[in-house]
Amino acid sequence: MMPEERINMKRVLPDEEYMISGHLACSGCGATLAMRYTLKAIGERVIIVLPASCWSMIAGVFPYSSLRVPVYHVAFETAASTATGVKAGLEMKGDRTTTVLAWAGDGGTFDIGLQALSGAAERNEDFIYVCYDNEAYMNTGIQRSSATPLLTWTTTTPFQQTKAEAKKDIMEIMAAHRIPYAATASIAFPEDLFHKMKKAKEIKGFRFVHILSSCPTGWRVPSQLSIKVSRLAVLTRIFPLYEIENGERYFINLKPEFRSVKEYLELQGRFSHLTEEEMEVIQMNVEKNWQRLLKKAEV
Amino acid sequence: MKMVMEGSHAVSHGVLLSRVEVIAAYPITPQTHIVERLSELCASGQLKAKFLKVESEHSAMASCIGASAVGARAFTATSSQGIALMHELLHWASGARLPIVMANVSRALGAPWNIWCDQIDSLSQRDTGWLQFYCESSQEALDTMIQAFKISEKISLPSMVVLDAFYLSHTFEPVDIPDQERVDRFLPPFEPKFRLDPKDAKSFSSLTAPDTFTEMRYRIQQAMESAKSVILEVEREFHKIFGRSYGLVEAYRCEEAELVVVTSGTVTSTCREVIDQYRHEGKRIGLLKIRTFRPFPAEAIRENLRGVPKIAVIDRNLSFGMGGIFAEELRSVLCNEPERPLVFSYVAGLGGRDITQNTLSNVIEYSLEAEQPREDTLWPDLRI
Repeated sequence: MMPEERINMKRVLPDEEYMISGHLACSGCGATLAMRYTLKAIGERVIIVLPASCWSMIAGVFPYSSLRVPVYHVAFETAASTATGVKAGLEMKGDRTTTVLAWAGDGGTFDIGLQALSGAAERNEDFIYVCYDNEAYMNTGIQRSSATPLLTWTTTTPFQQTKAEAKKDIMEIMAAHRIPYAATASIAFPEDLFHKMKKAKEIKGFRFVHILSSCPTGWRVPSQLSIKVSRLAVLTRIFPLYEIENGERYFINLKPEFRSVKEYLELQGRFSHLTEEEMEVIQMNVEKNWQRLLKKAEV
Repeated sequence: MKMVMEGSHAVSHGVLLSRVEVIAAYPITPQTHIVERLSELCASGQLKAKFLKVESEHSAMASCIGASAVGARAFTATSSQGIALMHELLHWASGARLPIVMANVSRALGAPWNIWCDQIDSLSQRDTGWLQFYCESSQEALDTMIQAFKISEKISLPSMVVLDAFYLSHTFEPVDIPDQERVDRFLPPFEPKFRLDPKDAKSFSSLTAPDTFTEMRYRIQQAMESAKSVILEVEREFHKIFGRSYGLVEAYRCEEAELVVVTSGTVTSTCREVIDQYRHEGKRIGLLKIRTFRPFPAEAIRENLRGVPKIAVIDRNLSFGMGGIFAEELRSVLCNEPERPLVFSYVAGLGGRDITQNTLSNVIEYSLEAEQPREDTLWPDLRI
């Protein structure tokens, strides 16, 4: 899938919409596209389990819903544990075809929801877990999560003391659970996202998809650059597109030519404080991680 | 069919007979025997249910919520730290109007560690919107399990069936196990009014503004109020088929009593013996067993205690900074009664300390003799 090729998206993605206008997202919100494309792939027969996150608001305030599919709002850390129960209940009712989709943010996945995620993955529960990752607790006001990248500004890692820890490697954690399928995806590569969701739908067992979900509000990016910044995350190798099968076989979907992380960082207010040195540190870490990933894909 | 069995296993059999469909549980002493037996029953195929071996009690309740939401009959069991860990989700389950039934084996809460009988764990959940049944015997535990599903499914609120740690969970009693055919007649399959359905794009529990929230809470309160009559109605049906019922409260030998001892759980059995002795000696002492703590049976209590000069409440629990919780609730429903008893509140038996016939006699003697309790909370078994 070459980004330079012009592809008419309409030919790949079906027209049917499972999201309707009137949702409550900020303009330029990546999470809306993540959901919209995901549902185009699996929305025909799905139940969404939705813990506290931006999407709890985007979905709409009672009595409205912006989704044409059933949604179960649940407590913050319970996406994977509730989805486990939903799936079990459906099977006992004789329904083996409905897809159960847990839809959680980075906070609800990397941090408070990690226990339930690990439990469900270890038991190989049969549902799709999507983490839409905007790299902080955006819904509560841009506080840092363990998904926040190194040196990033957030309201709890202010400019005087930005994030000192690297982003937690959630894909490796999922790989360590030897789940049948894990993948990263991006809203700037909708066909790739769509195909991965279609693929995930046909697999039995625990499936994990990690979508980088740009956030103009929290990343301090103008709304109209939301997709551009998402694309640059992939093209600068900060957020590579790849798949892991059974925790062992790695497939990299796109191997972009080298492109400086500066292009990506400079677009965002949350990185506006970075010195040249700090950007070099980030570049080095990206290189290291990319080499590690390449090695894994070689095997 | 009569069998001698542990209280824990009586609960397991109640679950089996109720045709539970999804069980999600995490082990904690002294609940373990309940879920171990259920594990066997599921593995052998005798109980056609999915047993989710979740990684914490919080996840156990979350899984029950998910299963119940799609219309599956869901069950879990826990105790102490486990029910405390579930706390947030107990509120969620009742707010979401899910008829989950849980067995709680009542054990003390740390710190420090204590695995023995204490009611604080379940009583700490009193505001969560769960019905609470305090059982005295293994038979009652089994019967209440079956009844609880019917009651909960009628009013769309969850129930917890409480057993005293070790005294009830681990002692062996003869239990009459009802046969499946008759239980099926009594308890039809779970048919929720609203459920998660892929063909029906509804949203559940989304953000609800102040202009709508109060009414939702009011409806839950109404359901709790209606539960008092629903419980009695369900018990009448149960009695017709199985010949047993327990009520919201049970008055034992309270005729013209000058003092009524108020108890819950297994200490009730000990107290019956003590009451019999006093009555034999011509003393007019009675016993009021409180079975349902939620809904708190205000009317039944007022009725049974009208004209009674004194009550001695035994609380196997302690709300720090206040006192015994049953006593607190009793005072509260009696405070506006023109004729109301003097309340002697006793905290005893915490963390599994045995409440002996001797302790109960001392309680009765003091309550009879004193014109007023010398303190709001009395400690008859304190060793200081």
